[in-house]
Amino acid sequence: MTNALEVEGLSVSFGEAKVLDGVSFAVAEGSSLAVIGPNGSGKTVLFKALAGSVPFRGRIRWRPGVRIGYVPQRLDLERDLPVTGWDLLRAKAQVTGSFADVSAAVERVGLAEAAGRRIGALSAGQFQRLLVAMALIGNPNVLLLDEPTAGVDEPGEETLNELIRRVQQERRLTVLLISHDLSVVYRYADDVLCLARQRMWFGPPAEILTPERLREVYGAPVGYHVHES
Amino acid sequence: MNPDPVSLLLSLAMAAAAGLVGCFVVMRRMALAGDALSHVALPGIGVALALRIHPLFGAAAMLFFGALLVWTLERRTRIATETVIGVVFSAALAAGSLMSSGEELIEALFGGRGTPGTAEIIFGAAAAGAVVLFVLKRKSSLVLALVSPEIARTSGVAVERLELFFLESFALTVALGLRYLGVLLMGSLIIIPAATAKRFAGSLGGMLGWSVAIAVVSTGAGSYAAALLHRPTGPLIVSVAAAFFLAAAFRRRD
Repeated sequence: MTNALEVEGLSVSFGEAKVLDGVSFAVAEGSSLAVIGPNGSGKTVLFKALAGSVPFRGRIRWRPGVRIGYVPQRLDLERDLPVTGWDLLRAKAQVTGSFADVSAAVERVGLAEAAGRRIGALSAGQFQRLLVAMALIGNPNVLLLDEPTAGVDEPGEETLNELIRRVQQERRLTVLLISHDLSVVYRYADDVLCLARQRMWFGPPAEILTPERLREVYGAPVGYHVHES
Repeated sequence: MNPDPVSLLLSLAMAAAAGLVGCFVVMRRMALAGDALSHVALPGIGVALALRIHPLFGAAAMLFFGALLVWTLERRTRIATETVIGVVFSAALAAGSLMSSGEELIEALFGGRGTPGTAEIIFGAAAAGAVVLFVLKRKSSLVLALVSPEIARTSGVAVERLELFFLESFALTVALGLRYLGVLLMGSLIIIPAATAKRFAGSLGGMLGWSVAIAVVSTGAGSYAAALLHRPTGPLIVSVAAAFFLAAAFRRRD
C-alpha cells in the first residue's frame, strides 16, 4: 500500500519552546489517522506544519498529486465581518478553479439556505459545516480535520461525523483527524498518533488507547465508550 | 474655483484604490499599523526635496521599504510587531519633520493644492490601476488568507507573497494619496470608508462596493469644498468621510 504522507523526525519550536520533537508516522492512502493528546501537546501545530504554515525541522513527504482539504480549528473571527458563506465557498472555488464543485458541496453539508448569511450569523454547527463544504471544493484526496466538531452540540456532532465518514468512504479519501472524542477515534481510526509533552505514540487504536497509556497521557483516568455497531 | 479636472480624476482613481485596499486593511485588523506606515513617507519627501527630485518618488521609495519592514515583522510575533511599528514609524515622522519646514511641511502633512505634472499623472494612473486590479483579481485569495492561512495555503495560495503584494499595494495607495491628503491623513482615507462600509455591507462584494463609493464621493466632495473654501484638501476629504462613518454608526445593526 502506498503512503499518502510520511513524516520523519518532525520538530517545531517557537522561540525557546519546543512544541513537537521528533515526531514520525505514516498515513496509508485511503486510511484514517486520529491525532489525540491533551491541550497544548502540539496537535494543531502538527497540522499547520503539514500545511506548510509553520517552519519545521525534519521531513514531511506528501505523495505527489495530493490535494488537501483543510478544516481549521474553531476560528476566532470577528462576528461582524461582512463575509457570507457563499463568499467563502466562491473564494475557495475560484482559487482552486473548481466552481463546478460548489453546489454539490453545499448540498452535501445541507447548508443551501444558511450559506447566504454573514458567517457571524451562523451557528457553530453551521459554520463547521461550511468549513467542511469548503474543504470538499477542489476535489481533495486528503482531508485534514482539526477538531471539526468543536463547539457543535451533540446531535450536530453526530451528523458531522457521519458526513465526514460517508464522504471519506465514497471518495476513498485519506483523513487526518484531530479529536478529543476517544469513542469516535476508536470507532473510525485505522491508526492513532498520540502526542503528549513532546512524546509520541503511533499505532492501531487497540494498541495506543490502553487505559494505562491514557492515564499517563491525560494525567487522569479517561473513560470512553466503544459503541457496538 | 473648481479643482483642476485631471487632478480631480487622478484623486478619484486614488480614492477607488484606497477604498478597495482599505477593506482588507480593516478586516485584517491592521488599521493602526497601516496608519503608522503612512508616516514613513515624510522622511522620503524630505530627502526627495533636498535632492531636488519629485517628492512622490521619494515617498514611494520609503513606503516600499516600510511595507517590506511590516511584512518581515508580521511573520514574527505579533506583540513585538506593534511596538516596533509604533517606534519606527513615529521616529520616521519626527525625522521627516526635521528635514522640512514651513509651507512645505504643512503640505506634506495635510496635502497641498498644486497641480500634478505629467510624470506624476502617468505614475498615479498606472499605480491606481494596478492596485485596483490586484485587489479585484486576488480578492478570493485575500479572503481565504484572512479567514485561515492554512485553508489558503492548502488551496495553492502562496500566502507570503500575497501578503507582500498586499502591503506594497497599500504602500502604493498611500503614496498616491499624499498630494491630496498628506502623510497624516492618507491613512484615514484608506480606513474610514472601509470601516463605514463594514458596518452595513451584507457581503464581501457589498463591502468593496460601498467602500469605493464612500471613498470616491468623499474625495470628490472634499476637493470641491477645498477649492471653494481655499483650504487644503486633506482635512475636508477626511471630514466628509468621517461624516459618513458617523451616519453609519448611528444606523441600527441587523
